[in-house]
Amino acid sequence: MTVTSALKVENLHKSFGNHEVIKGVSLEAQKGDVIAILGASGAGKSTFLRCINLLETPNSGDVYLAGEKMRMKQNRHGETIPEDIRQVERMRTRLAMVFQGFNLWSHMTVMENILEGPLYVQKIAKAEAVEKAEALLEKVGLSDRVDYYPAHLSGGQQQRVAIARALAMDPDVMLFDEPTSALDPELVGEVLAVMRDLAEEGRTMLVVTHEMGFARDVSSKTVFLHKGEICEEGSPAKLFTKPATDQFKAFLARIN
Amino acid sequence: MENFLSYIPLDISLIVENFDRFLYGVWMTLNLTVLALIVGGLLAVPMAIARASSHPIFNPIVWAYTYIFRGTPLLVQTYLIYFGLGQFEAIRQSWLWDPILSSAWWCAFIAFTLNTAAYSTELLRGAIIDTPKGEVEAAIATGHSYRSRMRRIILPSAFRRAIPAYSNEVIFMLHGSVVASTITLQDILGVGRWLNGRFYLAYEGFITAAFLYFLIVLCITWIFRWLERRYLGHLTRREITETDIEILSEGSTR
Repeated sequence: MTVTSALKVENLHKSFGNHEVIKGVSLEAQKGDVIAILGASGAGKSTFLRCINLLETPNSGDVYLAGEKMRMKQNRHGETIPEDIRQVERMRTRLAMVFQGFNLWSHMTVMENILEGPLYVQKIAKAEAVEKAEALLEKVGLSDRVDYYPAHLSGGQQQRVAIARALAMDPDVMLFDEPTSALDPELVGEVLAVMRDLAEEGRTMLVVTHEMGFARDVSSKTVFLHKGEICEEGSPAKLFTKPATDQFKAFLARIN
Repeated sequence: MENFLSYIPLDISLIVENFDRFLYGVWMTLNLTVLALIVGGLLAVPMAIARASSHPIFNPIVWAYTYIFRGTPLLVQTYLIYFGLGQFEAIRQSWLWDPILSSAWWCAFIAFTLNTAAYSTELLRGAIIDTPKGEVEAAIATGHSYRSRMRRIILPSAFRRAIPAYSNEVIFMLHGSVVASTITLQDILGVGRWLNGRFYLAYEGFITAAFLYFLIVLCITWIFRWLERRYLGHLTRREITETDIEILSEGSTR
């Protein structure tokens, strides 16, 4: 049986100068998978995630989104660049990202932030987009903050708006880049709760995180990156109860 | 009243008699300055985008332009256009001569426009470059193309952040517009100079001129204060509302 996976990454390599940060990582996510990506800082987790939507351009390796390959080519200096930037832009609309620093557009209100993608990238009719945005704000519990500017919200509220903004694009896969790392401890819970809901809805998610509880309880698969390579992967039940490698054991010991 | 006025060492009646001239001067100063700011500002937008990019041709061309116009005095630029260009037979024979380059107003307008465009370009370039990197990345990740993220995210954000610095440029341009009076135009200072030349009364003309410039600057300051409140509110802390106080006091009683 051949089922097209929602997202497939094959043998991804990325270097900054002479320093190779990602050394051939492959990963496959089926529809509805929640993959938690763990690792010490500097292990290349964020870089790996950012290579998927080409915020960083990988040196080599392939990314497939629902079977569609992101086409790359070499320029005359031998650097890897997108073959067709329009294709990349199209694929990015299906790969929403939630950032560590929220990155809401500061000159736009909450509502404008959420409507931006649907109205000006996907060109959806305004009435439909507004209706959906209102439903999403309700879902993340911020219906009373529609006209606020990001600077007037708490970190947890900003991150929930950012999640609503990502959902507004109706993405096939959601990329979370340490979504709770910049939050005060008491605000982490409200963001994780929203992410749990999304996982239960069957959203396909890749989550780079330091929240071991989230990885253990919510993820369908946990991946441990060490020095740019996948060191250990599998079901969280297996990984957290019987870590196989010394590196992952050491990592868990340090976290706890 | 009569008595009080006699203590002021100014010939008020002379100012009152010539006030229509001063009003004309205000009109001249304002139309030159405002039109130059509008056209210069419009020119500055594409040039700032070029300067903020790493385009191998446009960036250095605009760089050279802004360095020349910011590196030389406005008076010299105006003289070069007004007195300098007329030296060339070819220019005097060309279609540019009759309606445009032979007119002092047009020469001042061109010099002011090119000058303010150069300053505004660099100012806006700074604001574009300072757009928070994360906000640009969010725009990229949303699928915006370079063009549409420039139009939808970067420029709207940069324009707002440029407002405070641009108010200085507007005031500098207004003050710089006195250069027009040196090439025969009757702007505010031009009228002051005329009064001085005609009656040998320096104070009357120049104090009136100074006062009028001051009034205009006051208006500009008000306009920009309004603009900042309207368009920069998103960066300031929100004022504390009654709901916030309720929430805060609830928190303290817990």
